[in-house]
Amino acid sequence: MITLTHYMVLSALLFTLGTIGVLTRKNAIVVFMCVELMLNAVNLTFIALSSHLGNMDGQIFVFFIMTVAAAEAAVGLALMIAFFRNRESIDVEDFSLLKW
Amino acid sequence: MYDNLWLIPLFPFVGFLINGLLGKKIRNEKIIGAIATLAIFSSFVVSCHYFMQLLDDPQKIHQVVVAKWITAGPLHVNWEFLLDPLSGLMILNVSGLATLITLYSIGYMHGEEGYARFFSYMNLFAFAMLMLVLGGNALVLFVGWEGVGLCSYLLIGYYYEKKSASDAGKKAFVVNRVGDFGFLLGLFTLFWSLGQKGVWTINFVEIAENVHLLENGGLVVTVVTLCFFLGATGKSAQIPLYTWLPDAMEGPTPVSALIHAATMVTAGVYMIARMNGLFAMAPDTMMTIAIVGAATALFAATIGLAQNDIKRVLAYSTVSQLGYMFLAMGVGAFTAGIFHLLTHAFFKACLFLGSGSVIHGMHHAFHHAHLNDDPQDMRNMGGLRKKMPITFITFLCSTLAISGIPFFSGFFSKDEILWWSFASTRGHWILWAVGAFAALLTAFYMFRLVFMTFFGEQKTAAAAKDHIPESPFVITFPLMVLATLATFGGLLGVPHALGKLFGHMPNILEEFLAPVFEHTQHLHEIHAHGSASTEYMFMSISVAIAVVGIGIAWVMYCKNPELPGRFVAAFPKLHRAVFNKWYIDEFYDAMVVNPTKKLGTVLWQIFDARFVDGLVNGVAKVVRGSGRVLRYTQTGYTHNYALSMAVGVVVIIAICVIN
Amino acid sequence: MELLQLIFFYVVALVTLVAGIGVISCRNPINSAISLVMTFFCLAVFYVMLHAPFMAAIQVMVYAGAIMVLIIFVMMLLNQGLVAIGKHRHALVGAGIAAALLVVQMVITVTKGQVSEPVGAITAKVVESVGHTQLIGQAMFTDFLLPFEIASILLLVAIVGAVVLAKREV
Repeated sequence: MITLTHYMVLSALLFTLGTIGVLTRKNAIVVFMCVELMLNAVNLTFIALSSHLGNMDGQIFVFFIMTVAAAEAAVGLALMIAFFRNRESIDVEDFSLLKW
Repeated sequence: MYDNLWLIPLFPFVGFLINGLLGKKIRNEKIIGAIATLAIFSSFVVSCHYFMQLLDDPQKIHQVVVAKWITAGPLHVNWEFLLDPLSGLMILNVSGLATLITLYSIGYMHGEEGYARFFSYMNLFAFAMLMLVLGGNALVLFVGWEGVGLCSYLLIGYYYEKKSASDAGKKAFVVNRVGDFGFLLGLFTLFWSLGQKGVWTINFVEIAENVHLLENGGLVVTVVTLCFFLGATGKSAQIPLYTWLPDAMEGPTPVSALIHAATMVTAGVYMIARMNGLFAMAPDTMMTIAIVGAATALFAATIGLAQNDIKRVLAYSTVSQLGYMFLAMGVGAFTAGIFHLLTHAFFKACLFLGSGSVIHGMHHAFHHAHLNDDPQDMRNMGGLRKKMPITFITFLCSTLAISGIPFFSGFFSKDEILWWSFASTRGHWILWAVGAFAALLTAFYMFRLVFMTFFGEQKTAAAAKDHIPESPFVITFPLMVLATLATFGGLLGVPHALGKLFGHMPNILEEFLAPVFEHTQHLHEIHAHGSASTEYMFMSISVAIAVVGIGIAWVMYCKNPELPGRFVAAFPKLHRAVFNKWYIDEFYDAMVVNPTKKLGTVLWQIFDARFVDGLVNGVAKVVRGSGRVLRYTQTGYTHNYALSMAVGVVVIIAICVIN
Repeated sequence: MELLQLIFFYVVALVTLVAGIGVISCRNPINSAISLVMTFFCLAVFYVMLHAPFMAAIQVMVYAGAIMVLIIFVMMLLNQGLVAIGKHRHALVGAGIAAALLVVQMVITVTKGQVSEPVGAITAKVVESVGHTQLIGQAMFTDFLLPFEIASILLLVAIVGAVVLAKREV
């Protein structure tokens, strides 16, 4: 019997993987993909709970998260293109103007 | 019936706004003067209307609430006016005199820089003074009280390019603040102590109804009244706070006449009369007031003996006459005090305006002859009676009034005060003696002034001699009105003893003011006791004193003009002391002003420069230092920020899990 | 039957995790992207198992379809030696500790939590009889109409923003 806990633990593991990626990768596009991974982990939680509770609201929420993710992908990638055009690089460590 | 009382202060306020805001655009002196005079004249007309109404009204005390002002806990303050015989007389006095003096100023201030400014200040002053006398509670009175102080400051410093004028303005303001502080302390104490008895009020009528809750003659009443009296000494130039008034003569002469002789300086007397019920409960304060009043009357008169500046003599004379009023208040002769306030307003305003007319003429002559002589110094005058006949006659009437010559107004009021100071239940013969001696000095220095200015040989420089004109009608008209009032105004309050001689002539003023003072005097058994014959005797003594004073002045300044010089040579130290005003200003400088300045310097250099600045700079230094260290945490690497965010999430979840 | 389901769950979960590790560990970002697509497919499978077939379809179309195509398209566009960029940086230890703490905490929270009984009306049977798409549509266009409209405006703003940012001459 697959319980809610199974999904939740799986989601927690996926979320942690995404976090590690965000914190360690240098390539901005990979960092971006890791953020998508974290979002998906959250989506899984929402849908699991929604289905368990017999309530549509969680799935609607996932729908909106996807909308935001799509918007974020469009803007984020556009930013990356603009950045690459200036610096010939998409290394996150080159984004360090905001310092002392 | 009295709902529109607020119109009285409103008119001058509107005049102030028009001249203050648009005066520079109007430019035309005649229009500016007309607006100012019309504004204050309208308020005089309204005052007359309400005064007549009050005369016919059987009920003499009316309160009018215009609007709510402050409501805080038990404190309820309204914009409210109080019309009773006392304030009725005062509004007539203030608005009437202000009308005349504003009219006079049209001629006197002709061609001065800041013409519109002057008239807007005059109207503002009238507004504040009317608020003061009409105020139905202590706070509205205080608004007027501070307002007249402000106008006094502004008008003394009217010639602000002159250092002495702006210094005099500041001095007046600062000295008045000392008194105002006393007034506020008294008000707070009164409010609180009445509140302890369950009556939270600052309304005058309610205060009068509830003062009996306080202990008669107790500490609270004494402290409260002494504080109020301190306020009165500041505003009304009594010892120890009188020093600002002589310096206030730096202002234009109409200002001296209106503010520093006729109206504002009597505010202290008015305030004591307004709270007579409270003051009567504190015999110790009453005695203090009487002593201070008598001392001021004498002290200022001695200084007046040796001054050469025509306005300064009048200034010390004002201080001295105010002393009489306080003497009257102190011995419980409230009616006599108010009576003297009125007659003094008439004759002193006339004297100041007369001196203004003289100065105006002298200034004109010196200007014509391109001389820089001082137009206010009496040693440059002499023999002016032929040059300025109208000024001379009006001046003489007023001088006779102030000297106490029978049937001129000052005789009745001053005599009433002297009689009460001897015969009142709160009086003492020493008070009378001091007052009488001051009256002798008054007669002497006033006639010294008249003789030096209008009689004898003309001492004006030859070039200017023949160019002293009589002043224009706009100046002489107020003089004539005031001289008439100064001559006949005394008939308002003919003493009973004299009234009997003229077929039971009633003391109009006493009857009229009875609703305000009678209750207090009855309750505290304040009355003058003595037979009519004693009163006649005292009257004769005063008349004799006045005549002697005039005689001495005549001998010294008309018959033997070299006598004063010999007198000075005989007593050089005494003369120098008197001439330098007994060195009181120097004494205050040494005792109060300089130590305060030194304290200020010390506080500035040690407390402000080291402590306060150190604190402020220290805060900045701490911020800058910590910023210098902490900025290295800002690496600029996105990962570091993301990591700290993750750590934050871990911590928050940890807190949630543990809880 | 239930055992079979459980085994199937574990298999798919294992694939998901391996693909997730692939996302964060591949040197070449293209490989990361492919791993991410794999993860998305696996999640779609879970959505089906959770009686949310419409969400599974959306997952495949929007994520595995649109977003991933966009990402890979950008990689192609930039066409640089993406591999040449060093993979990790020095924050590895800090990130590892933070992530370890995070996962421990989350697992504790999830396992300690009380699982409440189903309370809503949308059971598996209802989904089967009415149809998932209709249920989503009803909720979306009645209760969540305003957020739906706002989301459309958000997308519009994102389009304009992306165009403005990526344009060569502003």
